[in-house]
Amino acid sequence: MLKRTPLFELHQKLGARLVEFGGWEMPVQYTSIVDEHLAVRKSGGIFDISHMGEVLLTGKRAAIFLNHVLTNDIRKLAEGQGQYTLMCNERGGVIDDLYAYRLRAEEYLLIINASRIDDDVAWLQKQLAAFPDRDSIDLQNASARIGAVAIQGPRVVEFIDQCFPSCSHCGTLVARASDLAKNQIGEFHFFGQPAWVSRTGYTGEDGFEVVSPSETIAAIWSKVLATGHQYCLQPAGLGARDTLRTEVCYPLYGHELDEETTPIEAGVGFFVSLDKGDFIGRSVLAEQKAKGVGKKSVAFKMTDKSAPPRPHYPIWSTGANAAPIGEVVSGTQSPSLNIGIGMGYVKPEFAKAQTPIEIEIRGKRYAAVVVPKPIYRKPD
Amino acid sequence: MSNIPSDLRYAKSHEWVRVSGDTATVGITDHAQHELTDVVFVELPAKDRQLKAGDACAVVESVKTASDIYSPVSGQIVEVNKALSDNPALVNSEPYGNGWFYKIKLSNPGEVNALLTPEQYKQQVGG
Repeated sequence: MLKRTPLFELHQKLGARLVEFGGWEMPVQYTSIVDEHLAVRKSGGIFDISHMGEVLLTGKRAAIFLNHVLTNDIRKLAEGQGQYTLMCNERGGVIDDLYAYRLRAEEYLLIINASRIDDDVAWLQKQLAAFPDRDSIDLQNASARIGAVAIQGPRVVEFIDQCFPSCSHCGTLVARASDLAKNQIGEFHFFGQPAWVSRTGYTGEDGFEVVSPSETIAAIWSKVLATGHQYCLQPAGLGARDTLRTEVCYPLYGHELDEETTPIEAGVGFFVSLDKGDFIGRSVLAEQKAKGVGKKSVAFKMTDKSAPPRPHYPIWSTGANAAPIGEVVSGTQSPSLNIGIGMGYVKPEFAKAQTPIEIEIRGKRYAAVVVPKPIYRKPD
Repeated sequence: MSNIPSDLRYAKSHEWVRVSGDTATVGITDHAQHELTDVVFVELPAKDRQLKAGDACAVVESVKTASDIYSPVSGQIVEVNKALSDNPALVNSEPYGNGWFYKIKLSNPGEVNALLTPEQYKQQVGG
């Protein structure tokens, strides 16, 4: 029996095509993936992300504990600020990638991947049980009682204030939601209920994400959709979410990241703070940063019309001694660029931009080239 | 409700056939393109290739999936639709017109009678 978010009936009413994702029945598209993708790049799209997980940690030593289990330095966070970070096992392998927000002085909210909720919570509880002074830290898996939506696109800033009128009361204190800077989060009121609004997203566009109790999220979705209509806001599904994040090379757990892959191999070492002190996986990551890795994440573009690259397609080197050198982990036809694009892991000697490679599609090899990340950049 | 022209014959796997003398044109139905949504690439068979009915002969790729196309009839490919190279979306917008896949010289014209009639295909897809 698949799980459904509080927005399920609204998706049905909108005629969404529903598919299974991580144990949830979710909208993959409403009109078409390409249509929704282009709408987000041009004006705006609203995504149901209520299937994602929310973990709350409070207490005097919550920050110290989080710095022990996460790679980024949580001490960088002011109240009302968030950061991208990763949770690693002792081998430096990624258990999940997530956002950590400091809501209040001693209260933190982790937004985690839907497919990893059980694994993450089990890991956190296990680490907490072994942590000194653990009684001063309260950990709650609030995923079942919290919903969330992502509102992404260049025009969202034009109407977001109409959806959350008045100032924030907690976190970053601003007169209007549109005053939030990137990575800032503030608590607004939505008809008397708390709605945490952050200036974050997973599409490469400007936008906001809203976290609110499950009972409120449907009303928020409807209000935003109605208000955004004249600004060309459209509902957007998981299909567009995937093509949008692939274009800007954001990792997706299960593709670029898994328990056998480190943040250094994945190219997100920027979010690993070796200086902050010890944390789980630190020694492996420090060694990799110093000595190098066995595989490296690259972005690539097909150099001619071809079938789209897809996960698990082999990557080959070119020339007289052409040989398999790795594998695609994410791939699609880019709606913005109209060419096949993707990310994959290759041996480090093939990871430089402009290295010619080939992608094997149904037994035949097609020319591609390693490109710098992000593959898609907004025109200035 | 999908469009099912009355002058065509249909395969259970959602290909259509338009016969003209001893040659047939083959494509995929409105129902099929609607299921696939955004077609981004079509891999067509080579000209002059010999096909038997039921052979996997083409691949249609949407954003999310690749689907095999099976030839409803036997014969030799005489022409493939080059327009699909620049504009694969024709499969979505004109599945029975400019979104055609290939033309084939029939080696066994009687096979067409074994294909579904429009009414039979309509029943299959619940149109």
